Amino acid sequence: MSTAAAIAPQTRTSTVELKAVSRWYGNVVAVNNVSMSLGPGVTGLLGPNGAGKTTLLHMMAGFLAPSRGTVTLDGEPTWRNPAIYRRLGLVVEREAVHTFLTAYEFVLASARLHRLPNPEAATRRALEMVEMTGAQDRRIGTYSKGMRQRTRVAAALVHDPQVLLLDEPFNGMDPRQRLHMMELLHRLGDEGRTILFSSHILEEVEQIAGTVQVVVAGRLAASGDFRTIRRLMTNRPHVFALRSSDDRALAVALMAEPSVTGVELDRTGLTVRASDYGRFTRALPKIALASGIRVRQVVPADESLESVFAYLLEA
Amino acid sequence: MSTIAWLTARSLLGRRRVWLLIPLPALVVLLATLAEGAGVSSESWARPVIGGLGLGVLLPVIPLLVGTSVLGSEIDDGTIVYVLTKPLPRWQIVLPKLAVAIAVSATAVAVPLFVAGVVAHSVRLGGALVVAGVIGATAYAALFVALSVVTRRPVLLGLVYVLVWEGLLAKFMVGTRMLSLQQYAVALADRIAPTPLLSGDVGVPLALAMCAVIVVGSTAVAIRRLTTFSMAGETS
Repeated sequence: MSTAAAIAPQTRTSTVELKAVSRWYGNVVAVNNVSMSLGPGVTGLLGPNGAGKTTLLHMMAGFLAPSRGTVTLDGEPTWRNPAIYRRLGLVVEREAVHTFLTAYEFVLASARLHRLPNPEAATRRALEMVEMTGAQDRRIGTYSKGMRQRTRVAAALVHDPQVLLLDEPFNGMDPRQRLHMMELLHRLGDEGRTILFSSHILEEVEQIAGTVQVVVAGRLAASGDFRTIRRLMTNRPHVFALRSSDDRALAVALMAEPSVTGVELDRTGLTVRASDYGRFTRALPKIALASGIRVRQVVPADESLESVFAYLLEA
Repeated sequence: MSTIAWLTARSLLGRRRVWLLIPLPALVVLLATLAEGAGVSSESWARPVIGGLGLGVLLPVIPLLVGTSVLGSEIDDGTIVYVLTKPLPRWQIVLPKLAVAIAVSATAVAVPLFVAGVVAHSVRLGGALVVAGVIGATAYAALFVALSVVTRRPVLLGLVYVLVWEGLLAKFMVGTRMLSLQQYAVALADRIAPTPLLSGDVGVPLALAMCAVIVVGSTAVAIRRLTTFSMAGETS
């Protein structure tokens, strides 16, 4: 992946760079020889749970020393270097907030600790950015999970950092909060900031990230433009569970479809293997219509991320 | 007041757990006034109440509660990350927190000791106990703040030190008293206001020097450990 410094020419942009980074705990290798360079825009760090995403994020944020390799922000090491926090904001996954403070107090304290020239104005700006001004004077202890998350994002954004790292920011959010957070990250990325968020959910990454780093079992499995990776992911064999008004007749009809590589019939319905996700899902309604069969249910049976990632690793 | 100190004080005093700091000091004051009011001679009640409960329990336990809270509970609940993601040298985080811990512990220790000292003997003994209490609380607080950064079980280890080392071993092995913050406090109080009520075994210069070493050493350890604070990644 090349650094995309041309996206935002007005502001100074920042680059997070990992060179041959490994991290192990005793005998367990959490991150294995990962190199990547993160430039302006939104990057998704995608991988199943336990793949090493959090370990990577912690190393980028200076909360973990790499066992081998270097992690730098604009050329400076992030480990043991609190000065990086002038340019970097971090939102960890763990929901840790001072519940006894109001959101305003919490973000204001953050602004003061950054020694901002006008902490009150910065606090208001950050709270507006996450749309928390309405509840800013209530104690954080009374907030919903999404509101706490937004408050933490506001605290991480109060000093206007060039780099924002978020660990699973959409966890536990309802769809509306999720949409709002996605818009925010989008906007921040468009402004020329380097935004990295981790997720184990493909759709989240798909909706906001221009570039993706896919991590599986501590290794970088794929990186680059999302569409390329998506194509890799969709062009693998898919398994669907089908139920219809006439399973046997549907099985016969489906065997004629080139994208279908196998059909199995049992009491609960059909299990269909397709080589091409797109072609099969487009062909299925036509086949059903042509043979007068009503399809009651189509469930992708093998859509767990783990299987997707396992396939990516082989590809 | 620095923002760190403000946050620390809010989290320490602005919540229900502040009530944990009330019973012990209240007990010392209550026992002293009750005993004196009932006409018991101070020779018989001052040793258990001032020496035993005051310097033996109140003096270490209050700094233990406070010292392990100011930094240790933030490490436990993860809010420490919020403070650490600021461009501050780590001593600027440790020192204000330590200052709050010392101020709160010293107050909660010195006030009841002063009352008990005055009731038992004289204002002079009260004053001596204040000095000993403040110096002792300072050293204990620094020690327990450092302990809370070094280990995940600071309260347990702190209690082992207080109960086993200072409480039990010092009774039988006089040598262990040379390494006992409680004995330093006793020695200081006894030196400033010599009474038959307290008797110190440790030399005052040694006591003062050891307190200074513990405060400086613990603070340095805490700063050092916070500089290399690591977050555990996902483990599976």
